[in-house]
Amino acid sequence: MSSRIAVAVTVNGQAISAFVEPRTSLADFLRNDLGLTGTHLGCEMGVCGACLVLLDGKAVHACLMYAVQADGQTVQTVEGLSESRAIADIQQVFHERNALQCGFCTSGMLVTAHEFLSKCQDPSRAEIRDALSGNYCRCTGYEAIVDAIAETARGRADRAGIPSQAEQAAKSDAEETPS
Amino acid sequence: MKARAFEYVRASSLQDAFEAFARVSGDCCYLAGGQSLVPSLSLRLQAPAMLIDISRIDELRGITLADDMLRIGALTRHAEMLTSPEIARHAPLLQLAAPHVAHPAIRNRGTIGGAIALADPAAEFPAVTLALDAEFEIAGPEGLRRVRAEGFFKGLYETALEPGEILTAIRIPPFRAGDRAVFDELARRRGDYAIVGAGIQGRVAGDRIESLRIAFLSVGPAPIRARHAEAAVAGHALSPAVIAGAQAALERDLDPAEDPQTSPAMRLHLARVLLGRLLGRLGEHPACKGAHA
Amino acid sequence: MTGSLGPLDRPNTYIGRSVSRPNAKRLLAGRGRYVTDLQLPRMLHAAFVRSPYAHASIASIDISQAASAPGVHLVATGADLAKLCKPWVGTLDHFSGMKSPPQQPLAVGKVVWAGQPIVAVVADTRAQAEDAAELVVVDFEELETVADIDAARAQGSPLINPEIGGNVSFHLKVESGSIDEAFRAAPAIVESTYLFGRHTAVTLEPRAIIADYDPSEERLTVHHATQTPYQFQDIYSRHYGLREARVRVVAPDIGGSFGMKLHVYHEDMAVVGLSIMTGRPVKFVADRMESFVSDIHARDHRVSARMAIDADGTIRGMDVNDVTAIGAFSSYPRTSVVEGNQVIRLIGAPYRFRNYRADLDVVFQNKVQTSQYRAVGHPIACAVTETLVDHAARNLGLDPFEIRRRNIITQDMYPYTSPTGYKFERLSHEACLEKLYALMDYPRLRREQAALREKGIYRGIGIALFVEITNPSPAFYGVGGARISAQDGAIVKITPSGEVHCLISVGEHGQGTETIIGQIVADQLGVDCEAVRVFTGDTDVTPHGGANWACRGAGIGGETALQAARALKRNVLAVAAAILQARSETLDMRGGQVVDAESGNARIDLAEIARIAYFRSDTLPHDVSPQLTASHHFAPKGFPFAFTNGVQACHVEVDVETGFVEIKKFWVVEDCGRIINPMLVEEQVRGGVVQGLGAAFFEECLYSDNGQLQNGSLADYLVPMAGEMPDIEIAHVETPTRDTELGAKGCGEAGTAAASAAAMNAVNDAISPLGASISQIPMTPQRLLRALGHA
Repeated sequence: MSSRIAVAVTVNGQAISAFVEPRTSLADFLRNDLGLTGTHLGCEMGVCGACLVLLDGKAVHACLMYAVQADGQTVQTVEGLSESRAIADIQQVFHERNALQCGFCTSGMLVTAHEFLSKCQDPSRAEIRDALSGNYCRCTGYEAIVDAIAETARGRADRAGIPSQAEQAAKSDAEETPS
Repeated sequence: MKARAFEYVRASSLQDAFEAFARVSGDCCYLAGGQSLVPSLSLRLQAPAMLIDISRIDELRGITLADDMLRIGALTRHAEMLTSPEIARHAPLLQLAAPHVAHPAIRNRGTIGGAIALADPAAEFPAVTLALDAEFEIAGPEGLRRVRAEGFFKGLYETALEPGEILTAIRIPPFRAGDRAVFDELARRRGDYAIVGAGIQGRVAGDRIESLRIAFLSVGPAPIRARHAEAAVAGHALSPAVIAGAQAALERDLDPAEDPQTSPAMRLHLARVLLGRLLGRLGEHPACKGAHA
Repeated sequence: MTGSLGPLDRPNTYIGRSVSRPNAKRLLAGRGRYVTDLQLPRMLHAAFVRSPYAHASIASIDISQAASAPGVHLVATGADLAKLCKPWVGTLDHFSGMKSPPQQPLAVGKVVWAGQPIVAVVADTRAQAEDAAELVVVDFEELETVADIDAARAQGSPLINPEIGGNVSFHLKVESGSIDEAFRAAPAIVESTYLFGRHTAVTLEPRAIIADYDPSEERLTVHHATQTPYQFQDIYSRHYGLREARVRVVAPDIGGSFGMKLHVYHEDMAVVGLSIMTGRPVKFVADRMESFVSDIHARDHRVSARMAIDADGTIRGMDVNDVTAIGAFSSYPRTSVVEGNQVIRLIGAPYRFRNYRADLDVVFQNKVQTSQYRAVGHPIACAVTETLVDHAARNLGLDPFEIRRRNIITQDMYPYTSPTGYKFERLSHEACLEKLYALMDYPRLRREQAALREKGIYRGIGIALFVEITNPSPAFYGVGGARISAQDGAIVKITPSGEVHCLISVGEHGQGTETIIGQIVADQLGVDCEAVRVFTGDTDVTPHGGANWACRGAGIGGETALQAARALKRNVLAVAAAILQARSETLDMRGGQVVDAESGNARIDLAEIARIAYFRSDTLPHDVSPQLTASHHFAPKGFPFAFTNGVQACHVEVDVETGFVEIKKFWVVEDCGRIINPMLVEEQVRGGVVQGLGAAFFEECLYSDNGQLQNGSLADYLVPMAGEMPDIEIAHVETPTRDTELGAKGCGEAGTAAASAAAMNAVNDAISPLGASISQIPMTPQRLLRALGHA
């Protein structure tokens, strides 16, 4: 048995100090030691995307790193993102559009959506589908998730007063078409 | 699917890492992004006694242009290939290949040094370094050496790295006016390991391809440079006959293996189709524009 | 819309409205409680030593090193568990002559598939259990593997189950009309042999179970990610000799099921025994690698079929042979022959021909068991029928819509009994077909296809009609002796504040059962949806019932809730009538109040009735005894099944140089009877279609000749992902069943039923100009290139 190692990590804004076995994945640490079971394990090899969390603000697989590697870094899980309301609009649209069924992929979908929408404000459906390429969902067939992310982007743009690509295209079409 | 127990140390410098390596008796691995190593440990395919975490060594970071070479630190993440202006300008082939590398969250964490050192024959970046005529900086307890990509990939997951050595940077001759780069691959699903993929960097003079380097992934035990195909193209304009000649020549370049989903003949066929399409694009498009599908 | 709403046509009805799922908010906040998440005091973790061989005898097992490894509490072998657990046999009486050997939790003496659990290790952590499992030494003597359906039936083949005396589990022949005559005189015959690959459910949450045996009370609590908690209460009780009333099975949030989570698994049975042996809670969560070699697989059929057709496109008859390989034994308690049975009974279902013959052979092989998974048998029956219909249309120069119009069962023919004995109350093929034609703008797609072919772009359009089995009566399992309930139960009660609780036996796995049950109850009691709380999935709390399989949640569960709510309403109105000194027939419940039925004027709040009933019953007349809890059980009694129907269409572009297929668009018109919540129906259909497209293009369990699964990881087994899946447009036709007041039928499997058939027709439509065709799924680039003559 290897000895436990001290880890200091900020999780959902809270400073955590713990002693962990080096082989404990960040996902197992979050789930078993901190009770943050919103981070799910679907494959433990970085393929399904159910365990995505934000590490220093970037989406990473919590199954593909050891808790000791997060020492000195910040982690945000779906619980933290929910409490800070950082993803409240995404969650609301997911709810209204029923962009989840069993919910097991949902935390990962939300983390992907959150990071993606922070980089791409006016995405096409193809870009959304591409961004979801590492998130497996067996229930929905993905369309509702794509709809929900597109709808969130539109909502954010509306609130910021920015017309979408589609709207701009429609507008320029209208201008070009003699009436 | 839990890893066997191991010891863990975090190195703060290369020196630190080499000393840790020297101290360990038994298997020992360097850990950087860990996107391939961690699942391998979870599956218990590998069970090192110790992991030496090199992910916080500052010497392994940074993208700089010096001595007419672009130097990419080994810890540069795959995601940075998509966002770095230096890479877009001086090594666009890396930028073209990057969207095909796994999925966004893997790209956030995986490092280029790790990808090169692992030398997965189905990975994009090792093949691309062949097309770029890159060289690798390798540090060991005895000091620094450089190895060209050509001589680095030796076989299935086999490289020129000696035990204890660390790949510290990739050095690439910068993209110049008249250079063109194209990359594409055929993968069953977005982000999957490709059935076949290829990157090409060429120099164009008028309508003639003056010189070019074609590198394939997933068609042999290591990334492969298609020298016969290159020879069929170099010095010619890209006519259908020249492209067909390059496609025919591929048989002598590639060594595809059998797997449950894909026969060697199918891989060769797909490599030819892909090569034809990429050469077509190389001829059509101005440098690197719109080159990824 | 057909059929009147009648008693469901209430003011502000919830039935037919797209209500969002209240429980989804919890899941969106990361507050789901899956079995995987649960940690109980003193809980231990199990890991299993599994067979590396597909077929071997076990010479010896040495557990000594493992037993003394750090953290280990128990190492148990097959012999240890056999002392506690009564074996099970996966046969049913109504499958006459079927055979399967007795099963034990862990292998005893021999192993019959690669991945079969042999030894269980129980330790403080899962990692320690895995460490110790590596220290168990098993001495095997490898036996010849049977990995092929033809080899299994060959003379002198090694026997997987020598006690049965052959590798055939079951044979069935169905014959109707004069098939030889139909073929002898037929102007045209089309035929093909089809291969349907093995695939598996790949629920994102793997199988998970915690067994918690308390020896002081001889009480067993099992937290189980299952679709059928009542079935498992019965099984754990009987096989471990425990009193049923002391066995509690709780199914909390479940991360996907699709039919995979209702079968008996060896590890699950073992975990119950391990908890009994340790007297502590024992948890087992299959990791993904274990899931691939131990979850049920499905399909794996080879079907040879031919169809006789008249010159005008009229189908005269079909002659079918289906061979399916189910693994080393038949699953329990539902068996592994249901899929084959449904394949041969559903073939040809949308059409009115009368001459039919089918042979089914169900064969053992050294692979993990197959059994019921979403749309059991439907995709196979549908693909065989619909591709032959397209084939016939091509030969005769008929449009795919036209040949179907000429052969479907028409409105004037219902009720209709199929040549295989299925009784259709009323289907809507004509309406669905015409609605699809308009929905997809079929003529435009054909014009576009023709124009693009000129440019060397090969697009294809495929359509597929389907018939789906839902709302099964006891004819499905009960008549065969299975203790699987076809009825469901509900308890509905008014809380003291006038809100509503509904406890019901159908469960929630994300499909929205709790939501639609809440809608129905709210509708019938005239209260706000927000005032209704639905409880599911706990055998100590919810009434006994069949729970979730074969698309019965809405049709049977919904009717149960409706009848229970009506019973409660009668009780409420009786109390209200006493209080108001009115006749209860003149009263109704609307908007959280008791109202005058005719004028709608409010008479008394539901909350006030509850207050009086619970706290001031002294103010009521002596002969009034308020019953603000009502229960109801319901089982289908009319038609044995409520069949649904619909039609799907797929639009693809085939890259004829690479064999890669882009799925451009997909359409579905479906008829699941009364729609309770359109959004949830559509999402069931979309999810189902994508599972069908996964099977059509990507998913297959690939085995080597020696029975090793070669792609048993989520990186190698290709599930459908967002980037490759199309948008899916859906329209509805509503033909409510008249067997229930609610009129709802199922919709969960409809999408999967026809997606691969539509896809296969689309691909064949695209490549037929090149003289190519394909009759195997998944349609991989390799197979398409071979079909196109490239590789």
